[in-house]
Amino acid sequence: MSAATLPLAREGFHAPSIEEFEWPTIVDIHVFGIDLSINRVVLQMFLVVLIVWGLFFFAFRKPKLVPFGLQNVMESVVDFVRNQIALEVIGRDGLRFVPYLTTLFCFIFLANVGGITPPVFFPLTGRMALPAIMAICSLLLFISVGISQQGFGTYFRNTLFPPGMPWPIYILLTPIELISTFIVRPVTLAIRLLANMIAGHLILSVFFVASGYMLTSMNISTVFGVGALIFAVALIAFELFVAGLQAYVFTILSAVYIAGAMEPEH
Amino acid sequence: MSLALVNSILAAENSVSGNIGIIGYGLGTLGPGIGIGFLVGKTVEGISRQPEAAGQVRTLMFIGLALVEALALFGFALAFVIT
Repeated sequence: MSAATLPLAREGFHAPSIEEFEWPTIVDIHVFGIDLSINRVVLQMFLVVLIVWGLFFFAFRKPKLVPFGLQNVMESVVDFVRNQIALEVIGRDGLRFVPYLTTLFCFIFLANVGGITPPVFFPLTGRMALPAIMAICSLLLFISVGISQQGFGTYFRNTLFPPGMPWPIYILLTPIELISTFIVRPVTLAIRLLANMIAGHLILSVFFVASGYMLTSMNISTVFGVGALIFAVALIAFELFVAGLQAYVFTILSAVYIAGAMEPEH
Repeated sequence: MSLALVNSILAAENSVSGNIGIIGYGLGTLGPGIGIGFLVGKTVEGISRQPEAAGQVRTLMFIGLALVEALALFGFALAFVIT
């Protein structure tokens, strides 16, 4: 098939690529050689932090016995994290971690939802910095939980040398446990969130750019453009689902790792 | 190889362009696709056998889903890294 018969071969079609995630610097800040420049993404991050803070502040500023409006919504969020994640995965001891898990859930969800909010259209978690920092937080948290619950030596001995094995197994098992617990866990946490958001954002932009291009091309592909536009709008609903699911998955996996560090594996 | 075949291969090489990483990503989706099929199918089976365990089974399904999905997403991320 020659290129001329493809519907998108008209001059001027620019397919969205990974460059969608690069933004120019607004305020240039360098401290001791570390790049702390502010661009659009950083401003959006401040906004999301402000929104999360505002939601909780105004919901629980004057808490009533019979919740109403915003308090109702936020109570159901906290209730969801408490019952479905902390109690379900960690158990009674998990109630201590409800504040951390709730913060994580709300922040990731609102950062993801930025990808489908009309004036913004950018998922914050589509850049590596944010998922990486949150994954490192979860890593440090579950290591410190393990050390404080079991003691330094016991925790690392239970993690790296699970009891009840004949000794030659440890030659094979210890490197695997070391890599899977302390490297693969945070890396997969971060990459999972990042790649989902990149994929979602790219698919949305491909569908919107291509449907706009096809609708204006005034030939047979205009008909297909209508279908592409309908599908693009349907993808927004799907992205909302993915945003919620990824926030849930990140939170529940953090809870699973904390639960794993609380007690030695049997 | 006959000259006609060589010529057609060379012609195909000239007319096909793009990123080989995309093919790698396509291959990387196969395993997780099968995995998610098994996972969700077994979850439905489990819930229909024991409906009162639905909440617990669903939580475990999401944990498993996240782990299965990771490989496909690694393929996706590496398709961008290796060009």
